Amino acid sequence: MTFNFSVSPSFPNERISDWYIFNTWLQRALSLPIHLELYDSFGTQRAAIAEGKVDIIYANPFDASLLVREKGFRAIARPEGQPDEMVVITAAESPFKEIPDLKPGARVACSDDPSVNTVGRILLEPADLNAANTVEHRRETYIQVAREILRGEADVGFLPVEAFEALSSIVRRDLRVLVTSQVHVIHHVFLIGPALSPHAEQITQLLLSMHDTDKGRGILEALGARSWQAVQHEDVEFMIDIISTLTQ
Amino acid sequence: MKDMDRAQVPGEAVEHTLTFADGTCRRVFVTSVETPYPHGKLIVSRTDTSGVITQCNKSFVDMSGYTEAELIGQPHCILRHPDMPAAAFADLWKTVQAGRQWHGYVKNLRKDGGHYWVYATVVPNVRNGEIVGFTSVRREASQEKILAAEAQYRSMN
Ligand SMILES: Cc1cc2nc3c(=O)[nH]c(=O)nc-3n(C[C@H](O)[C@H](O)[C@H](O)COP(=O)(O)O)c2cc1C
Repeated sequence: MTFNFSVSPSFPNERISDWYIFNTWLQRALSLPIHLELYDSFGTQRAAIAEGKVDIIYANPFDASLLVREKGFRAIARPEGQPDEMVVITAAESPFKEIPDLKPGARVACSDDPSVNTVGRILLEPADLNAANTVEHRRETYIQVAREILRGEADVGFLPVEAFEALSSIVRRDLRVLVTSQVHVIHHVFLIGPALSPHAEQITQLLLSMHDTDKGRGILEALGARSWQAVQHEDVEFMIDIISTLTQ
Repeated sequence: MKDMDRAQVPGEAVEHTLTFADGTCRRVFVTSVETPYPHGKLIVSRTDTSGVITQCNKSFVDMSGYTEAELIGQPHCILRHPDMPAAAFADLWKTVQAGRQWHGYVKNLRKDGGHYWVYATVVPNVRNGEIVGFTSVRREASQEKILAAEAQYRSMN
């Protein structure tokens, strides 16, 4: 039986090949057939999850909630270091100095990343802005979100901090951060589903010691991580409780 | 719960005696100083099933004015402000004990007698089908929502 591995589409396109390299490393180290399936949107990946087509996944925190609470997945590791944070950006020249300056009718550029959008929406609440009194511009990529702002087609945009920092300095010069989230407790996690649970221990040990070899370190670095850290089941339950307060 | 220490409250303050749902009382001193919400942050705490604080994040500690050691092990009503109507918390407890989420605007009392407003959500922590505690996550509220809550609470008190 071949197991299916997937990765939340929240990573930059340049990393696609790095995830294939990771998958090759994983298969070899485990001596298990694992197929990497990448989805180009959060929606198509969610549909695949619902159909039981995913056995192991590097999931964004919002999908992790669904997988753990409803699909019997178990979190085994998370990347060391920075949690997932996002920024609300505006044009450097825009009249908005802080969130409460925004008015109903504001145009919001965003991707379809559920984590970033949920936190971004919360950060607009101090201006009493919500889905009903704003105009949302959904874009395929983070670059397109930034471009909407630069062209004056949107008033604010939502980006993961990582994606904002990856923009060229020329682009960033014309943008301004209105607010940066400091949620701290929310992060991506590696999850395994019921079909792989007999191998849970082996996979966990493999990930946690990945940074011990040059080869493993090289792959991690390409993926923007230093090492994988163990997660306690209760830590993930706590993260899910927090997410549930953000998505009501 | 211990009365508030007047020496910790700078400047002019009004004295109140709070009566909690369990009949116990606490003397507090209240100033009119509002501490603004820290933009972008979430204020998080957890309690056991009886409302005793078991865990909190740095924003929670910073906003309360207490040290973490002074907060852990204390009942959550250590933050109770006299302007908050008892009915709001009765509704909170009824809702979360029934396994549902509660949200509302809350004015909290700081150790220095000042206050801060939040929009709070409280959820039960359900593990293996059982409620083992509660988590509250607060976020920044708009000025308009705060004014409306203030007026509503005044009419309830
Ligand atoms: C998770 C959780 C968080 C709470 N947070 C607050 C809070 O921030 N401020 C507050 O006054 N009461 C809070 N409460 C409610 C208190 O437990 C308490 O009901 C309230 O302060 C009124 O006191 P009383 O119920 O003893 O009369 C919280 C309760 C729970 C379960």
